[in-house]
Amino acid sequence: MSDDVIATKKLKREILVRLIRAFMSDNFAENVRLIPYAMRPKGSEVPFRCCIYKERAILRSRTIAGLGFAMEDDDEATLLSDFAIKALERKTPEPEPLTVLQNACQGCPSSRVFVTELCQNCVAKPCMNACRFEAISQVKGRSMIDADKCKKCGLCMAACPYHAIVKTIVPCEEACPVGAIAKGEDGAAYIDKDKCISCGKCVSACPFGAPHAKSQVIDVLAQIKSGKKVIAMFAPALIGHLPCTAAQMRDAFKKIGFYDAYEVAQGADVTATTEAKDFAERLNEGAEFMTTSCCAAYNEFVKKHLPEIKPYVSDAKTPLYYTAEIVKKEHPDAVSVFISPCFAKRKEVLDNQNVNYVLNFEELGAILIALGIEVDTCQEQDFVYHSSKEAREFPLSGGVARSVQAAWRGSPDAIRPCVINGLNKATVKELKSYAKTGKCAGGNLVEVMCCEGGCIAGNAGLNTIKMALKKVSDYAANGDSLKDR
Amino acid sequence: MKPIKIEICLGTTCFVMGGETLQNMGDMLKKKYGAKIEVEAVRCLEVCSSDNFSKAPYARVDGEVIGEASLEKVQAVIEKKLNHE
Ligand code: FES
Repeated sequence: MSDDVIATKKLKREILVRLIRAFMSDNFAENVRLIPYAMRPKGSEVPFRCCIYKERAILRSRTIAGLGFAMEDDDEATLLSDFAIKALERKTPEPEPLTVLQNACQGCPSSRVFVTELCQNCVAKPCMNACRFEAISQVKGRSMIDADKCKKCGLCMAACPYHAIVKTIVPCEEACPVGAIAKGEDGAAYIDKDKCISCGKCVSACPFGAPHAKSQVIDVLAQIKSGKKVIAMFAPALIGHLPCTAAQMRDAFKKIGFYDAYEVAQGADVTATTEAKDFAERLNEGAEFMTTSCCAAYNEFVKKHLPEIKPYVSDAKTPLYYTAEIVKKEHPDAVSVFISPCFAKRKEVLDNQNVNYVLNFEELGAILIALGIEVDTCQEQDFVYHSSKEAREFPLSGGVARSVQAAWRGSPDAIRPCVINGLNKATVKELKSYAKTGKCAGGNLVEVMCCEGGCIAGNAGLNTIKMALKKVSDYAANGDSLKDR
Repeated sequence: MKPIKIEICLGTTCFVMGGETLQNMGDMLKKKYGAKIEVEAVRCLEVCSSDNFSKAPYARVDGEVIGEASLEKVQAVIEKKLNHE
């Protein structure tokens, strides 16, 4: 991750910590109002923007998002303190997890292909020959691209032997696998809700930190404060993202004020077994392939962009679904919160009565800082249910396919995994071809994860993928295998 | 000559505020400076309370606290100390 992205992540986390501290104080509203001033007091340095007022304006917007509101809710006249009060009055959090801070968006120049100084005015003009849209002409020997005709296909770039032709990109547009974010008339980026699959790739890609999560952190803390029995269900990826063990995490959640914590790996065991059965039935009926169904962003993608592939998607529910069902059974009166590396899970739980809130890893991290909880000194509290090795590896690319294989009771050769490691423009194309032809050359069990590397690489993570992978794998190595159950 | 003591904080606050950048730092420094330094990973250097959390992650070089620590910053302090001797 580049330094500029780390800087914006730090800013977001700092605001969350300050918001949580304000919530714990006796004067929430007033202390929220003061956040931009506390971060940029009179006379302070202006590290990022043109002036202190602009910095404070953006910090104010980030605070609004931290309180769970969208930028569309901001008329710019409403005081932050009033937003704080509105956040407390809210009964149900907002469905859309993401918003774009137009004032933080720098409005990067539109993406275009152009010929640079490196053009050697060559005779053969391979660029002109490559272009299928007659967008390239010669002006005094030099190639020129007509922006109106150019479709940005990049064929001329590939054809030029001097690498003289380049494409400028808009990072959020480039990162979005489904074309859901684009610059508006005013040059700032906007998200098209009908297309957005809430994967959060734009959040990670933008060097200005303009795409932003609308947090539920205040909602959750308010539930805890009101004395309700609040239960945390944490994604198996979490082990990779905090400096402690899973058993210590259970204690850490209790220290925050949760009644108890469950590993979502528990539900992953159910998903794996259900999916293996589903797969066996489908193969019996002559199916060519089946895709996994646990990635929330992939499920949104199927719903909004590729309904044709739906018949091939496993009917198994997600690990969160089964975990929440178990929690509901054991604690019918509890409020449940999923702790997630991913923004898209917010969409998944919209039609699940058993999950009340979703917090991401960054928000959990901010809570730990605000409350001064040192996770590594927390007690080891063993879980009642011991998740399998494979369930613990669910958040790794290839991990879901492996778990289905471990739960498989048929002939081992019958499963041929095909791993789609990350949704991007290329893999989206591939999935479309599977849906169209009803065939997948790469295998018959297609594991799809939206984030490259798996959920450990989720866009709300705290650790590098490499380090997270190591920690998750070490923890998995201590579990027993689904094969032996 | 006594080795320079480098303490790298891997406490929760430092970890959440960007400790991801610090995890490999010990190995990298050791590779470069060998016996000239001594590296220790610490749980919390106890400099992250109140508003100071925003300057995390922290490292400490021979007692000198470095806020918003990065490989470059820590290296600069080590170089300064080595040249000073
Ligand atoms: S966690 Fe690093 S100084 Fe406290």
